[in-house]
Amino acid sequence: MNSNLLRRAATVMFAAICATRPAVAAADSNYPRDLASGCANCHGTNGKSVGIVPPLAGLDRDYIVLQMQDFKRGRRPSTVMHQIAKGYSDEQIELMAEYFAAQK
Amino acid sequence: MTLSRRQFIKWASASAAFSAATFPGLVSFGKGASPHVVVIGGGYAGATAAKYIKLWGSHIDVTLVESDPEFISCPLSNLVLGGSKSIRELTVGYEGLARHQAQVVHDEARSIDVRKRTVQLAHGGNLSYDRVIVAPGVHFMYERIPGLNSPDAQKRVLHAWNAGAQTVALRKQLEAMPDGGVYALCIPESPYRCPPGPYERACQVAYYFKTHKPRSKVLVLDANEDVQSEKELFTAAWAERYSGIVEYRPNSVLVDVDVGTLTAKLEFENVKAAVLNVVPPQRAGIIAQSAGLITTNNRWCDVDFLTYESTVHKNIHVLGDAILAAPAMPKSGHMANQQAKVCAAAVVALLSDQPINERPMMNNACYSFISDREAAHLVSVHEYDPKKKTMLVVAGSSGRSAAASVLEGNYGWGWAQNIWADMLA
Repeated sequence: MNSNLLRRAATVMFAAICATRPAVAAADSNYPRDLASGCANCHGTNGKSVGIVPPLAGLDRDYIVLQMQDFKRGRRPSTVMHQIAKGYSDEQIELMAEYFAAQK
Repeated sequence: MTLSRRQFIKWASASAAFSAATFPGLVSFGKGASPHVVVIGGGYAGATAAKYIKLWGSHIDVTLVESDPEFISCPLSNLVLGGSKSIRELTVGYEGLARHQAQVVHDEARSIDVRKRTVQLAHGGNLSYDRVIVAPGVHFMYERIPGLNSPDAQKRVLHAWNAGAQTVALRKQLEAMPDGGVYALCIPESPYRCPPGPYERACQVAYYFKTHKPRSKVLVLDANEDVQSEKELFTAAWAERYSGIVEYRPNSVLVDVDVGTLTAKLEFENVKAAVLNVVPPQRAGIIAQSAGLITTNNRWCDVDFLTYESTVHKNIHVLGDAILAAPAMPKSGHMANQQAKVCAAAVVALLSDQPINERPMMNNACYSFISDREAAHLVSVHEYDPKKKTMLVVAGSSGRSAAASVLEGNYGWGWAQNIWADMLA
């Protein structure tokens, strides 16, 4: 495989990665922050909980995504999250998970 | 008198109306060219907006105008009537906002001069603004109930639909009522603040009667044709847990009140009570009317759901119970907080020449307590529909509890701790 082909393959791969991002996120860098702010009412500002509801700040990104997917698909029992999780797309869940993982 | 911000602060710090603790952010006013946002009303919507504008746009100066010295939560205040919470447990000070350099002015906003972009205060001159956020809550339309249209009558027959002194006074009336008496609750036509609230109140008063005055009755006189929220939950609680205590009468439109005899005059009958509690019909708060922001049915304010900017006046945003809500968007504290964050993000973007979020998301959660410790929830997730230009519930995202439980009661209290901190800490 020559270098030209390699470069072309890399470009295609990069484009494919970009295509998995929702268009809104590219246009608005605050989109993950805005999405995540919706969780604060129960989980605390930036995921820092002061009550009995579990905190989200600093949790592992993949762990948050897995929990949300499990809530969404009924694999993890809950009182409200199995309902709320159905309101968010997979992309939105990933963006929120990244945002909370970055909160220290 | 119109004061510049710097003059205003100079004047304000000399005024007894201001606590020194609210002004550690004084230096930020020295920068001069910062944009200024005035927020009118420090409830679930206004306090959240003030905090989040500072969190997301630290270069923006924020002044919150609120007449009450402390925030007292309407959500959970029915538990004070039931006797399991005190009003102090639902009270949070405004000093936390100072840590975010938001200024809190304890005064009343009287009017807004749209042309000069100033807010006129009852006691302290004018505040100039680049954008103003109006979050006044609801106004009670006593003009619809002639017998209650005086301050004396309103002290005798309480609404307790703004938490605080009225809540405590209603609890005292219930405590003073002899066993065997009737407590009557009049519910106005929808839309009103907190759709499940009146039915939760019926449960809380029934809980108090069952444990302390078992021969007493709760009579629910609803102007609507049916229970407006969580019907299965509440009707089951009344039929089983509070059997023989709660009676529900739909289509009971209140026409007038005889305060002397505590009689509710309905369209087709008169009902006498030992404690009469009238929640009057509601519209957007007074300032929304005086500023000309009311657009629908002489009651509610239309807004752009991307920014919460009024459809009437530029640079004026309206939040919370005062707006004409989107479909299935309740007038709840949780929703007011969510609207405030969408608005805060938009206001920061607009004042920073940045693009606004074109696809805002929101969610709602309402916990209703049917006893001292057991609660059930109602939730939904809402997304902006660019074609319909409104917020719509995401398919499959709305849900409720199968039954009330102590676990959900604990989560309801956990919700309160976090949302109050999200607004005020």
